[in-house]
Amino acid sequence: MADAKDSARTILVAGGGIAGLSAAVEAAEAGFSVILVEREPSLGGRVARMNKYFPKLCPPQCGLEINFRRIRSNPLIRVMTMSEVGKIEGEAGNFTVAVRVNPRYVNEKCTGCGKCQEAATTFIPHPLNGGLSTVKAAYLPHEFAYPMRYVIAPEVIGTPEAKAIEAACEYGAIETDMAEKIEEVKAGAIIWATGWTPFDTSAISYYGAGKYRNVVSNALMERLASANGPFKGVISRPSDGKAVKKVAFVQCAGSRDENNLAYCSSVCCLASLKQATYVLDQEPEADVSIFYIDIRALGRQENFFEKVRQDKRVRLVKGKPGEIAENPENGMVTVQVEDQETGRILREEFDLVVLAAGMVPTTAGQKIPASGVSYDEYGFVLANGQTPGIIGAGCSRRPADVSTTVQDATAAVLKAIQACRR
Amino acid sequence: MEKKIGVYICSGCGIGASIDLEALSAVAGEYKAGVCRTDPFLCGSVGLATIKADIDTEGVNSIVIAACSPRVMTDVFDFSPDKVVERVNLREQVAWCQPAGEEDTLMMAEDALRMGLVKVGESQPLEPFIAEDLSRKILVVGGGLTGMTAALEAAKAGYETVLVEREEKLGGYLKDVYRLPPCEPPYESLQDFNLEQMSAEVFGEPKVTVYTGAMVGSVAGAPCMFDVEISQNGATRSERVGAIILATGSVPYDATKLTSLSYGSTPDIITARDLEAMFTRRDVKRPSNGQPVGSVAFVLCAGSRDPQHLPYCSSACCVESLKQARYFKEANPETPVYIFYKDIRSTGNYELLYKQLQKDGVVFVRGSVTGIEDDGSGALVVTSDDVLTRSAVMSESVDLVVLATGMVPTSALGEPFKVAAPQQDGQPAPVASDAILVSNLLNLKYRQGPELPGLEYGFPDSHFICFPYESRRTGIYPSGTVRAPMDYQQARTDAMGAALKAIQCVEMVSVGKAVHPRAGDQSYPDFFMQRCTQCKRCTEECPFGAINEDEKANPLPNPTRCRRCGVCMGACPERIISFKNYSVGMIGNMIKNINVPDEYDEKPRILVLVCENDAYPALDMAGILGHSHNPWMRFISVRCLGSVNLVWIADALSKGIDGIMLLGCKHGNDYQCHFIKGSELANTRMTKIQETLDRLALESDRVRMEQVAITDFNLLPKMLDDFAEKVNSLGPNPYKGF
Repeated sequence: MADAKDSARTILVAGGGIAGLSAAVEAAEAGFSVILVEREPSLGGRVARMNKYFPKLCPPQCGLEINFRRIRSNPLIRVMTMSEVGKIEGEAGNFTVAVRVNPRYVNEKCTGCGKCQEAATTFIPHPLNGGLSTVKAAYLPHEFAYPMRYVIAPEVIGTPEAKAIEAACEYGAIETDMAEKIEEVKAGAIIWATGWTPFDTSAISYYGAGKYRNVVSNALMERLASANGPFKGVISRPSDGKAVKKVAFVQCAGSRDENNLAYCSSVCCLASLKQATYVLDQEPEADVSIFYIDIRALGRQENFFEKVRQDKRVRLVKGKPGEIAENPENGMVTVQVEDQETGRILREEFDLVVLAAGMVPTTAGQKIPASGVSYDEYGFVLANGQTPGIIGAGCSRRPADVSTTVQDATAAVLKAIQACRR
Repeated sequence: MEKKIGVYICSGCGIGASIDLEALSAVAGEYKAGVCRTDPFLCGSVGLATIKADIDTEGVNSIVIAACSPRVMTDVFDFSPDKVVERVNLREQVAWCQPAGEEDTLMMAEDALRMGLVKVGESQPLEPFIAEDLSRKILVVGGGLTGMTAALEAAKAGYETVLVEREEKLGGYLKDVYRLPPCEPPYESLQDFNLEQMSAEVFGEPKVTVYTGAMVGSVAGAPCMFDVEISQNGATRSERVGAIILATGSVPYDATKLTSLSYGSTPDIITARDLEAMFTRRDVKRPSNGQPVGSVAFVLCAGSRDPQHLPYCSSACCVESLKQARYFKEANPETPVYIFYKDIRSTGNYELLYKQLQKDGVVFVRGSVTGIEDDGSGALVVTSDDVLTRSAVMSESVDLVVLATGMVPTSALGEPFKVAAPQQDGQPAPVASDAILVSNLLNLKYRQGPELPGLEYGFPDSHFICFPYESRRTGIYPSGTVRAPMDYQQARTDAMGAALKAIQCVEMVSVGKAVHPRAGDQSYPDFFMQRCTQCKRCTEECPFGAINEDEKANPLPNPTRCRRCGVCMGACPERIISFKNYSVGMIGNMIKNINVPDEYDEKPRILVLVCENDAYPALDMAGILGHSHNPWMRFISVRCLGSVNLVWIADALSKGIDGIMLLGCKHGNDYQCHFIKGSELANTRMTKIQETLDRLALESDRVRMEQVAITDFNLLPKMLDDFAEKVNSLGPNPYKGF
């Protein structure tokens, strides 16, 4: 990995999800040096947590693998994991960026052999699985992790266990005294691709998210369905681990609601249709209900909508549920909704209720640490900021699906190249 | 260059504990490797220093790293480009998935090393293909919003661009557009734009050459060497360009086909484009009588989401109609406005525009429009099956009905280049969704046809969610509404993305590197023409149309169009197509060097040809998770199953190998093959070979192809074990020992 000597031809990308990852490889293949800054121990962000993409129902890891391969073979890209952008100063063509590197307690000598994991005894909640599974305190983020390097959880640092972990490593890769450090880097342009977080549906009190275990978010549903998720890919109820049959999807859980997110999150309709296929493929006697306002399947996605709609085990109900309640005896969840097509009030029990939580830009909370960046009232980064050369990409700019995000990230690289020329 | 091979075996990460490395080292001796060393931590500084010292002092130039998967430590084991490096995956694919210390485990490692040694022995250092008279200019075809944006933004990034527009003025659809939907706050308000200003900016940009009233007469050549003939006012201009952006946009669906919506029955039923033009001319009136429009109804999905017309959603019409409804409400809040819809698809912040129109008092009616009729007074009544009230709903009489007609890509306007043979009943065969239509946009002088192959409905869109710009013609990037239905905002973004991809293409190609997905690869296929029989398989099967042919049907390769998948190599019956580091002979020799014990040893051997893209990482993952599988497997990684030449199957069977398995990506409509057609072609070829095997009284069950997703790591061991069991039940290969 080469040092970025010519800062004017260096693009710093904040965020290593699909937007940042795409921006990084596209920029490097156009001949620019790239510093890719990711907060987590490995790249992939949200998509690395997903089971499949709509409408092809293909695994996200396939595209991630291509991008990782492009990174591995391109010396122009420098990846900084466990790192966050602290402060940005300067102007287009000449930014100085302070990057905070958090301790991983494992250095680049790590071969991924797993001896540290064998030595660890403490279990921590698995960072990917929403508290539904645990992992040893010395762990590989997942099988696909790039870089393929272990992490030591801070929980055990300073304990005798940490010493045992350190001793187990044959390669001198564990450094339990690693400390946070600040590295200053230079860049000609900055692409901000810190993505989104799912809307906290517990804000909708009558849906019971966070209170009823079998009311889950769409983000957690991806984990429930993933081969490397808490149930090894068999979608099961968090309350008792029983495989599900009857599942409800509640659309616009927060989105299109002036009390929560006034905008439409663009992806949840298709995400729920996709997740419906997870249930249908798993269970021949599945019974899936989707409660919606409008089904927004743009372009050729319409085909996918049609395909799901034609499955006799799927029922689409136009209506917004008013209340969700749990039967504490058996964990069954009752959804109450007015079917707008019949005017009837439905009250039905489900094994599992999936709330289609909307997208909240990470920048709604964590702003870009630079002056002169504009946001809309929801926290999305606007294109007309006062500091040229800081460019929002992907879901920092608007809620979008993967393909649109990649398209946007690619476009952002062009803007960054223009800024570097200033 | 004389080869001096160095073999470096790592004993770390459990490899030494699993495999008898002394015995393994003996294999290096069999192959006359100049140096063979074992190190406990080969990727560490001491291990690497040992290798570098051998390069410097022993003259080692061909290096076998027998350690971890090539998917890790890639940059660590990267020596200078004149050295050939081969990674033998002892860790993930032997030590971590086989029982330690077993004879079978050692034999597996030995064969892996043998094959690595053969490969490194036959591979040559790569010399990039650098063509002469390279161009880095970018051609943009189509001067609408997408084309203008692409040309202008590429120029601002420092690249010369050539913009060709069919009409006399730039602007395309924008010429009729009054205002734009909001793309920035306040999201409730429409946005102004100035086409004259944008057009002047394009003309004023010194790096953009504009040809208006011009068409692309022909495009010959390949990336960085495209020779383009532009016809303008009867004259022909020539330009050499490096990459091409296709931005010819779409046309509104032909409303005369919408008879069920009574289009044509009265001039007061118009299309969205007609209405936009009225506002642009500041001349909004009833076409029938020139009176002001006092009330209006919009009918959405006019043609879209309709299997009789356009099965897809045209993406932009909902928001476009909301925008037009707002024109009326801004002019006079009292104007009755109806919108008949199926779903209102105002995604993202467009939702706020939708909310605004609800506040404005627009009447939204959900359902299918069943008729539009004259009320007897010359005004129109729209009838709909209202889903919400479950009854027929009629609008009040309105002065004007606007049909939101969908988008048809310009690439869909043309007859198929190749007409398929009629079906048995004499009916014409249906046009394949990826047919090349003669749409007169690029007029490529490609053997495979003059335009981009479609994906579906004539859109030459990418089928890769993660790689939206990938077309099936290298260096040509469709963008805007010709690629997929989209709105103005997305088209602008799409234009910038396509411009970046075009820039990237000229940057990569001009230094002899491949573009996606083997980005950066400097190998390319070499054709040994003396033995070519002009069978045309390579030209027909290349998924990217990289190979033309001369009048005698000899293939004419275009290395800068090539994606290096090796499908041509797999197709060639004469085996004349080779890469310096990947060839039919090389893989054949790897197979021939597998040690095949005789039948009394009861150790069958199974050759597994593994697609390096998804199946190979899945095998690695199975290893990382410690899943074990049958030890008879011998893995060879291939660039794509499409590169598998049938002679390898023959090589394996005549060697006495008992079974052959191919692991590759999903094919069919939702293909995941990184080279589009590779795994599908492999599947077709395998069907044929199975017939041959049956004829030779060799059980066709000995050959099996499986589709593997990268996430199938938990299923792979069973897949392998099941095949081993099947092969075992068939008994030894009768050719064993011959």
